[in-house]
Amino acid sequence: MNETEFSLLNILIAVIGGAIRVGTPFLFVSLGECLTERSGRINLGLEGTLMMGAMTGYGASYLSGSPWLGVMAAGMTGVILGGVHALLCQQQKVNDIAVGIALMLLGTGLAFFLGKPLIQPTAAHLPALHLGSWSDSPVIQAALDINVLFVMGALLAPAMAWFFRYSRWGLYVRTVGESADAARAMGLNVNRVRMYSTMAGGFLAGVGGSFLSLYYPGGWSEGLSSGQGLMAVALVIFARWNPVYCLYASLLFGAAATLGPTLQSIGMTWGYYLFHAAPYVLTLIIMITTSSSTRLLSGMPGQLSNVK
Amino acid sequence: MTIPDKYALEALHINKRFGALIALNDVSLHLEKSTFHALLGENGAGKSTLVKCIMGYYAPDSGELMIEGKQHDISNPRHAHQLGLGMVYQHFTLIPNMTVMENLVLSRPHLPIKIDWRAERKSLQERIAQLPFQFQLDIPVSRMAAGEKQKLEITKQLLLNSKILILDEPTSVLTPVEADEVLGKLHALTQEGALSVLIITHKFREVMTFADEVTVLRKGNCVGTATVKNVDTQQLAKMMVGTEFVKKTLHRQPSLAQEARLEIHNLKVNDDTQAQAVNNLSLTVHSGEIVGIAGVSGNGQRELVEALSGQRCTSGGEIRAHKQPYQGRREDMRKSHFYCLPEEPLRNACVPAMSIAENMVFRNFDHLPFTRYRWLLDRRAMLHHARELISQYKIRTPGPHVPIATLSGGNVQRAVLARELENEVDILVVANPCFGLDFSAVAEIHDKIMQVRNRGGAVLLVSEDLDEILELSDRLMVMSGGKLVYETIPAQADLATIGRYMAGQ
Ligand SMILES: Nc1ncnc2c1ncn2[C@@H]1O[C@H](COP(=O)(O)OP(=O)(O)OP(=O)(O)O)[C@@H](O)[C@H]1O
Ligand SMILES: [Mg+2]
Repeated sequence: MNETEFSLLNILIAVIGGAIRVGTPFLFVSLGECLTERSGRINLGLEGTLMMGAMTGYGASYLSGSPWLGVMAAGMTGVILGGVHALLCQQQKVNDIAVGIALMLLGTGLAFFLGKPLIQPTAAHLPALHLGSWSDSPVIQAALDINVLFVMGALLAPAMAWFFRYSRWGLYVRTVGESADAARAMGLNVNRVRMYSTMAGGFLAGVGGSFLSLYYPGGWSEGLSSGQGLMAVALVIFARWNPVYCLYASLLFGAAATLGPTLQSIGMTWGYYLFHAAPYVLTLIIMITTSSSTRLLSGMPGQLSNVK
Repeated sequence: MTIPDKYALEALHINKRFGALIALNDVSLHLEKSTFHALLGENGAGKSTLVKCIMGYYAPDSGELMIEGKQHDISNPRHAHQLGLGMVYQHFTLIPNMTVMENLVLSRPHLPIKIDWRAERKSLQERIAQLPFQFQLDIPVSRMAAGEKQKLEITKQLLLNSKILILDEPTSVLTPVEADEVLGKLHALTQEGALSVLIITHKFREVMTFADEVTVLRKGNCVGTATVKNVDTQQLAKMMVGTEFVKKTLHRQPSLAQEARLEIHNLKVNDDTQAQAVNNLSLTVHSGEIVGIAGVSGNGQRELVEALSGQRCTSGGEIRAHKQPYQGRREDMRKSHFYCLPEEPLRNACVPAMSIAENMVFRNFDHLPFTRYRWLLDRRAMLHHARELISQYKIRTPGPHVPIATLSGGNVQRAVLARELENEVDILVVANPCFGLDFSAVAEIHDKIMQVRNRGGAVLLVSEDLDEILELSDRLMVMSGGKLVYETIPAQADLATIGRYMAGQ
């Protein structure tokens, strides 16, 4: 191997490229969760949505030959699962968290079951933008293949921040999330706003799932997700319920997750498992450092603190 | 025939039941145009229920609503807004994490798809300038004091061009000076003919000073309407309770041997932002005395009470009860017979969604007679116990099994007090015990507190109501900036001096 491949710059670029690749599903799921939580509901079922999205996306792409149809199918699956979550949660004495966990198990289980025939065939993958063509190093070229979905997600983050701040619907979502009583006094239909937010959040999580199967790691298998759907919940807290911060946080998580494989690819085998655990460790550290027994998190939607 | 639009609002023969409880029984109310109309009644009389029926927040079982002489079925608050009705609820409906401007814009009925904040700011500034209260538009509501929030609630309704403004106990969170300012300005608006006001209050002073007419409810029935000029407070009191009301003078027994019951040494407590709220505070309360702490809210009183009731960690100093170290744990409280009525009891001392019976055994559900083998709960004993306290403290409710959150404000206060005073009390900490209570309940609760003292209990009374402190306490102190800055006894108290210390000079 020649010297340059070991250079820090290469590692850096590889990590950045990896952060984008691994971070994209984080980005979509966390944006979806962010939207749902801003409306005052927690959807822990997004891990299941992610898997169902990955499976249906892959299936639809395989059957139709168009990866974009796959993305849409994944999104619609998410909408349905989000709708189910919202419907269940608006019943009396039903707890968000419990429904979320049930839907997570249901989603993953259903995806494994229905996805059995999809393990063999290969479906059309999503296209990438080759931003690395200026370099003749294959490492860099591979690292800088940026997927179109990532670009969309990266644009969606500021768009969602704009939505919360400048649009009527964004303001309604925030109101419902901050104080259901105030929203009711205004005459808003709290359950309906939450239903739409959860469905839209599910759509995004489904799209995140399609990225897993249609781009990276690609293909359909039961080990496709490594808990991104759950970690996204921690990520939203870390990002203080701000969509733009969700983008940064996703990249950070992506980078943490890509550290292990990158170091391995340049021949470093020491601490392999340790680095693979990096995103989980990061999640734990974040949860511990940001929590406090004496004060509420800034930016936290008011209704989240009193989940039924 | 009456002139069709003499009345801005008429509620005719309204009936409303909650389960077995008849909250409103054939109640009628006529609000004349451009007048200031007060609605009086004991706690649980149905005042809030009546105005919520008018606003479409509750659906009345039967009855009619007329606005400007036309009949309307109001199905939800938004519909009421369209008809020119605005309401300031008993609990704030502002959104704490949003700014003043966001809150005001949000309440507009027809928001554009895209909000142009710059234009909104300009038009708000122009319109607020014409209204009585002024605000900084960019601070979050959570950082505003209670009085400011109340003004903002009212401004929010005025900006909606409400022709009829309904206010549910708007002054219970205000100081007398603030209350006069707010009510005075609303009164002026009614005189200009721009507004009709229906206001719920427990304070006779406000009724006599500002209202033109007054309607009285008693236990869900309408007792009558009177012109304020023609009645005095005695008559109003009689209408409210049904019998002649004689205020018992509090009987203060000379106290016997005084031993220190509650000792606080150099206590330091932080608030939610980790800033020091209680600052090296030292204080001793003896058996058989009431120590009153006066002060403007937000000077560390809340943190002090929370530290005493074990709801907040201290960051320094020491608390002793019966000369033993006290840390606010369940066992500590039980051993030293320590009881507490914090402010806003529904939030600070209850689980709103749990039943009254469950809330009433929080102190002793794990002891006989409410437990079997210290492991299982005896529901029957709990319900029986609750029924007894409900009748003893005259709590108005359909029964012990309903969630405590459905009680009227005053009845929550009574329910918690019933729980806290049920057993032998050696140390009692009370904070603003009479917020939102009607006059007979106030007298009753003052009497109960005095009885605790006369039986040899040590009472620490923290209150924003100086009159209450002057009436009840044996010694009084002023709290300002987290410290006790002044001490005197009520007999020698000079209001001007106390006022100066309260203002932090
Ligand atoms: N949602 C509800 N479910 C059951 N009972 C209720 C409900 N709301 C009110 N009540 C009961 O109706 C009665 C009237 O309550 P309301 O809140 O109108 O009293 P109020 O006159 O406003 O008293 P306060 O001065 O204490 O605020 C009370 O006994 C209360 O327990
Ligand atoms: Mg009331």
